This record gives sequence, C-alpha cells and structure tokens, in this order.
Amino acid sequence: MARPDAKVAERDQMNVVIVGHVDHGKSTVVGRLLADTDALPQGKLDAVRRECERTGKPFEYAFLLDALEDEQDQGITIDTARCFFKSSARDYIIIDAPGHIEFLKNMISGAARAEAAVLVIDAKEGVRENSRRHGYILAMLGIRQVVVCVNKMDLVGYDQKHFEGIEREYRAFLESIGAVSPRQFIPISAIEGENLASRGKKTPWYKGPTLLEVLDALPKAPPKIDQPLRMPVQAVYKFTKQGDDRRIVAGRIEAGRVKVGDKVVFSPSNKVSTIRSIEGFNTKPRAEIEAGWSTGFTLTEEIYITRGEVMSHVAKAPQVGTRLRVNLIWLGKKPFVSGRDYKLKLGTTALPVRISKIHKVIDASRPDRSTGELRSPERSAGGQGDPPRVPDPIIGRHDVADLVLELRQPIAFDLTADCEATGRFVIVDEYDVAGGGIITEAVSDDLRDLRDEARTRDFNWVPGGVTSAERTARNGHRAALVMFVGKAGVGKHKLARAVEKALFGEGRAAYMLDGTNVLLGVDNDLWVDAAKSELVRRFGEVVHLLLNAGHIVVSTTNTIGLADATAVQALIPDAPLVLVEVGDGSGQACDLLVSGDEPEAEVVAKVRALLDARHITAV
Amino acid sequence: MDHLDQLEQQSVYIFREAFRHFERLCMLWSIGKDSTVMLWLARKAFFGHVPFPLVHVDTSYKLPEMIAYRDKLAFEYKLQMVVGQNKQALDEGDTFPIKLGKRPDMSKEEQQQLRTACCGRLKSDALGATLHGTGTRMRLNLETGKYEVDPDKQPYTGVIVGARADEEGSRSKERYFSPRDKHDNWDVGDQPPEFWNQFKTDFAPGTHVRIHPLLDWTELNIWEYIKRERIPTVSLYYDQGAGTRYRSLGCGPCQSPIKSTSKNVDDIIDELKSGALKNVAERSGRLQDGKHGLEELRRKGYM
Ligand SMILES: Nc1nc2c(ncn2[C@@H]2O[C@H](COP(=O)(O)OP(=O)(O)O)[C@@H](O)[C@H]2O)c(=O)[nH]1
Repeated sequence: MARPDAKVAERDQMNVVIVGHVDHGKSTVVGRLLADTDALPQGKLDAVRRECERTGKPFEYAFLLDALEDEQDQGITIDTARCFFKSSARDYIIIDAPGHIEFLKNMISGAARAEAAVLVIDAKEGVRENSRRHGYILAMLGIRQVVVCVNKMDLVGYDQKHFEGIEREYRAFLESIGAVSPRQFIPISAIEGENLASRGKKTPWYKGPTLLEVLDALPKAPPKIDQPLRMPVQAVYKFTKQGDDRRIVAGRIEAGRVKVGDKVVFSPSNKVSTIRSIEGFNTKPRAEIEAGWSTGFTLTEEIYITRGEVMSHVAKAPQVGTRLRVNLIWLGKKPFVSGRDYKLKLGTTALPVRISKIHKVIDASRPDRSTGELRSPERSAGGQGDPPRVPDPIIGRHDVADLVLELRQPIAFDLTADCEATGRFVIVDEYDVAGGGIITEAVSDDLRDLRDEARTRDFNWVPGGVTSAERTARNGHRAALVMFVGKAGVGKHKLARAVEKALFGEGRAAYMLDGTNVLLGVDNDLWVDAAKSELVRRFGEVVHLLLNAGHIVVSTTNTIGLADATAVQALIPDAPLVLVEVGDGSGQACDLLVSGDEPEAEVVAKVRALLDARHITAV
Repeated sequence: MDHLDQLEQQSVYIFREAFRHFERLCMLWSIGKDSTVMLWLARKAFFGHVPFPLVHVDTSYKLPEMIAYRDKLAFEYKLQMVVGQNKQALDEGDTFPIKLGKRPDMSKEEQQQLRTACCGRLKSDALGATLHGTGTRMRLNLETGKYEVDPDKQPYTGVIVGARADEEGSRSKERYFSPRDKHDNWDVGDQPPEFWNQFKTDFAPGTHVRIHPLLDWTELNIWEYIKRERIPTVSLYYDQGAGTRYRSLGCGPCQSPIKSTSKNVDDIIDELKSGALKNVAERSGRLQDGKHGLEELRRKGYM
C-alpha cells in the first residue's frame, strides 16, 4: 500500500488562532489556505464556485467555509471553528476566532489554546478597534508568536508605502502596551492568493517569507523544563477500597523537573518532604519527570497536604501572599465590582477574592483613552454646586483593568513573567468564569515579615525521629489551633478550658496555652511597652512548637488582640486554625459563633463537631 | 514528549479536574474505540483505577460481541458498570426493526424517519432517563456477575463524553467543560470562556456539565494510541476476510460496514494516513445519521 504520509505520527502539530477585526478577511485567509494546501474534500471548491455562478453571487471563500460546515453535519472531518491542514513541515489546527465583540469569549477560549496567532488587518480600512483589542488580548494571554497579515493589498494597488504605514502604526501600538513585537508583517491578498501559500508576483518589493513559510518556521514552544519546578497539587489519591495503599500526590508539572530523592516543599503550607517514587499506569518506571506530564508521586515522609498547594524545590519556591497586582479582562455580564467576594482560581487552588484597589480601567481598543488614574475628574450626577469628584472606575464587560486583588488567605503564586502557569488566574462570578488575568506584581501586606519568618524556619526545620504522620496516627488527630476570640469578659477562658478538658478526656493530646504564661516566661525580657507585634510573634512561635509536637492547642486572644489571630496564623501555615467567636459577632470571619450565655456543654459539642468536620479529629 | 503524549496528558488533567469537582460523576461508554480509549485514559489518570460509574445505554440491538466485550472488561478492570435501557419502547415494539419487519415495503424516506425516531427513543430518551435517574439503572454486581437494579437514583451532574472536535461541525465548538441547562440543552452561542486550563466546574442546581477529554484527538490519534498502549478493541473494527469492516459501531440493523481490508490496528492506521478515507464520513456507515436526526442526538449528547 502506498504510504505518502507515513511519517504523520512523528510530525509536529501546531494550534494557530486567527484573529482580527470583522470583515478584514479571516475566513478568506483560512479558506484560501485550505484550498492552497489541498486540505479540502475533492471537488468542493468547484462545487461552491459553480453554485455561485448559478445564483449570480460573487464567489466568497466564506461560502466555502459555510459549505464545509454543512458537509460536517454528514461527518467529514474538517471544521470551521477548527480547520485542519498540513504543510510539508507540520500539521496545523487553525482556530477561527470570531471578530465580533460579542464573541470575545470565544476568541479568548480559542486563543488560550493556541501557540501562535495570525492577526489580519484590512489594508484599506487600516487598524481598527478589534485589531487593537485582539492584539492586547493576545499579549495578555501570553501568545508570543504573532504574525500580522495586511490583507486586501489588491485594493490599495499593492502599494509598499501603504503597507509600511500600517506596519508602523500597529508596531507602535503594540509597543505602547508592552506587547511582544510580531514575527513578521506580510502584505497579502487572500482573494488573489498573494503571499499566503505561495509567493506573489504583485509585491516584488516584499522580500520576506509567505504566511505559510512564517508559520512553518515558528518554533514549537519548548516545554518549560529549565524553569524552577512548579506542580500545583490536583489531588491526593488513596484508592484503599480498591486494594491500593499508595498515597499519591497528583498533578501536572507546569514547569521544571524533579527526580526521586529530591527534597520538595509545598506552598503555602511550607510542608517539606522527599520524593519517594514517580507513579503511573502502563508506563515504564521512571526516576525523573519534567514539565508537561500529569503525574503523581509518593513521598518519603507522609505529610498532610491538600489540593491547591504548589510543589517546588526549596531553593526556588513560589511567592506567598494575599495581595496581587494584576491585569485582567472582564467578560461577565455583570460588572466586576468592589465590596463583594468572587472566587479566584489559580493553578488548582480556589479562594475568595475581592477588589482592593483599581488602578485603571483600560479600553483595550484605545489604551490611550483609559479611565481611572488617567481620567480627568468628572462632575457627579448631583447638583451644580457639587464639587467635582472622580467616580470609582467600573470594570464592565470587555474591559481590561489594572488592579490589586486581595485574598483573605495567603496563596502561592508567581509573577507571570517568572512562571506563566502559576502567574495567571480566572475569576468566577456565581457559576461562570467571568474574567481572567495575569499577575504583574506582588503587593506587600502587613504579615509579609511573619510569613517570611515562617518560611525560612520551616524550610530549614530539623525534623526529629518521629514524623507528623506518625504522631497523627498515634494520637488519632492532627495538630490544630482552636482560638477563642471575643470581647473581654464574655467567658472565653472558661470555654477554652472546657474544650481542653473534653478533648483530653477523649484521649486527645490537647493543651491549653494561656497567653499570660507566655508573657511570664518567654516575654520576660521585653519591656512593658514592648511592641505588640513582638508579643504576637513570640506567642505564635510557641504555638508552632506545640503544634509541631502534635497537640491540639486551645487558646484565647486575651493577651493579644483579635486582629492578631491572623498574625498568629501567618506563623502556622501548616496547621488548621479554628476561630471560635464568643459574643454576638464582630462581623469578622470566624468558623463558629457562640453566644456568651450558651451552656458550656453545648459549646464544647459544637467545637467537637467542627473539629470532626475539618478532619482534625476524625482523620 | 510527542504529540500523543501531549494529548494523553491533557486528557488525564481533564479527568482529574472532573473527578475533583463533580461528586455525581459518570462516564458514557459506548464500547466503541473512542470511549474505550477514554476508559484507558481514566485508568492512566487514577493510577489503574476507575473511580466513577460507566454508563452504557443498551438499545438491545447492539451486536452481541459488543456486550460480551463490555462485561469482560468490566470484570477485568473492576468497573462500576451501569446500564440503562428504554424498556417501555422495547416492550411496546416501538422500534425501527420491528416496524420494518411488519411493513417491509415502506419507502426509503419513511425508513429514514423511523430510524431517527428509534434512535430518539432507544438512545436519547434512555440516556436522559439514566443520567437523571428517572429510568431504571442496572448495575453490574462484580461478585455475582449479574446486573441488578441500582438503588442509586440521584442524577449525575458531571458526564464524561468521548466527543472529538474532528467528528463534525458543532463538536468543534465544544469546550472541554460544556454546560447543559435543565432541559439538557446546549447554548452554543453563549458558552462561558475557557481560559487556559481553568474549566467550568461550578454549576447551578438542576444543570449539568459535559466533560470532553478527547476534544483535541483525531480518529488517527485514537488508533495510534490504541496501538501504542495495546488497548483491547472489538474485532468488528477489523476485516475478517470479507473485505469489509466497521468504522464506527452502532446498532446491528442500522449500520453497514465500509469496504476495507484493514485486518489490524496497523492496517487501519495506514489506511487513515493514506487518505483513502478522506472523503468518506467517519459515521457514514450509520444509517440513522440523516441530517436532522443527528442534530437532535447531538444536542442530547448521545453519540
Ligand atoms: N479585495 C479583496 N477582498 C477581500 C480580500 N480578502 C477578503 N476580502 C473580502 O472581504 C470581505 C470579508 O472577508 P471575510 O473573509 O468574510 O472576513 P472575516 O469577517 O474576517 O472572516 C469579503 O467580502 C471578502 O471577499 C482580499 O484579499 N482582497
């Protein structure tokens, strides 16, 4: 049997998205590429031409794509939203992204899967709104390989000056938004087939490659093997019921490589362990694995980690923080507003997030006409005499914004420039992804120093002979801090003691840490007017030691303030904190709210239930 | 990493995301090559295990070989096998083969209509009822080897389906995670965006999500993977000497084999690469695929 394409399996495949302002000729470019690379079913082109002649309509390549879509209903394997064609060098999937603004969601979904983009600009109409918007979005999505086709050159007499004018204007635009410079600007006529699959005769002044030549020359993005290791934990599996005792930490390595025996750290919990084995099904055993693989590991020291943590090497761990400066595009039907929670998904983690500060709202099609910092004060809607004020910028549908996001809990992340996969995120509003963006800067918060202290401490911690998993197994519970908060005189101390006694009575390792006792000893060298932060720090470190010893520590904020509970939390990133508020609610987030006059036994029962629910007890 | 590795790794990632986010997750298994590759990928994702039920809709007209193969793999891989069927339609004789048997002289057009209607009842309706839990689910008891009525009647909220973008037009517009509304409808025009690998994993009560781990695979990729991983397949795909084979598997009365002498996986791969089938639709052997019938089936997600 003849095997003309016997090597197909080893050939590269590349996803290319085609974008541009509506009517600038995307469909025509795609149709022409399919026709010129012989990717169409036999006789299709002629049939469409004949049909056009019969009905007296001028032939359009777009009709060809429509006809293909009809054809697909009977199952032929070509498609319009994704078209397949081959060059001599590789196989292509062209993702057709609609140019209408209403289809921006689809354009983004297509582009987010692409390795390269072809942006089409109409030579006669020039650079238009969506030429700019799409250019901006490509840059934000991290698509570095962009080819610009200046189409319909036939309409401007294949004029070199005209072409250069458009190239200059568009390059300047991309530069102004800090985007990567396109690989190539190509003067083409999709209708006449100039400089697409073959070199045209009408542009002798153009010495560059044809579109197909440029595409063929685009390098495949190398896997990110040489970057620092990043693996967001997707799940921890143990299929005990199926008779499998392996405890497997699973995820996709997004960057870097890792081998058996490597010491790894999980952020933001700072837990440290060592790779014991690399697991897989129907694969050869391996001692090393790298970016691109969805894999799984067993660890030498069993540690309690959960989905969302990022595995890395100790030396090059991701950043951890609560405030992120980002660039974001919003696609939600409702605007993105301050003062309420949304869900942020980054890597495999999902956390509540809200807007902290909007720097500016950028009109992606005209970044020079942005609002926010750049906007001049406007008059409010009120009466004549009102002073002018700058209204809060609104992030509406299709807007792009530069803003700071704030999370309640610390998250592990990277700047997008350092690692793409952990440097980008989406925002979920109700049930739908409503926006996405990239992290441009880590914004410091009050707890940064404490978090850094905890990280350095944990990464260099000298383990004893007993692991925390062994302690958990022996004790029948994990270590945790139960903290009673509330106004003075509501009975926190009494309740804390009762919980300690109840837990101890069940055989748990429980310990009530009274802040006063830390003051009396550990803080003895501090002056009466010592900085509060130092008291909190020392208190937190004492808690950390007790947790490391495997205890459920019960305490109150009697000697430190309520706000300081989060400071203590920054020092114990690896253990759960259960906040029990006594009183009628301060409005701050807590895990359990009990009133001061509730019977002690009931409070104890509630705390117990909560510890079970959080898998602190009931492991 | 080659192209097959890349496809495999992305599918594995999708499987794990689905398993994580949908407590009520199941996977449709038609016994065909695509969903059997999916089954294999699930085992890749979960280190040899398949931690969710597999749903098969049995029209009762499937070739016996397919059912035997299904149950053999179910025991071998320790699968949670759930089977649904439109018993009422079968009991009432409301099927294409029975009606044709009564009136063998009916016109081609009428046959086509009845075929489509039959698919609607035996496949779409049965599938809907099985997924929603309104119809009887039969679950394979691996100890007794018998199918028993499944006490679980809760609807599934995440349904893994083996759709490939290269199959036909509308498939190419699917996302990896595509929402379906309360009436199982798919609003193609207004799907949420899919950024990078952040999928739609939140859904309103009553709605569900279709998950497509094979979206980026082509027919050729499927066969190359079957070869590489040595995945067992039904022999109906191969020419047994008569010079014909099935390219896609459906019900006995409504499918015809294609002319092909491919006797094994290697032959099929050669045949696909040679372009010999370039102008033949993959499902062309399936007689029910009149244009409108397909539309409806696609909307319901059966295929
Ligand atoms: N003169 C001329 N017209 C073109 C060329 N390419 C596309 N067109 C026309 O521009 C119009 C819009 O093209 P189409 O491909 O549908 O644009 P899309 O909206 O970007 O897909 C159609 O009428 C095409 O015939 C070209 O190279 N030269």
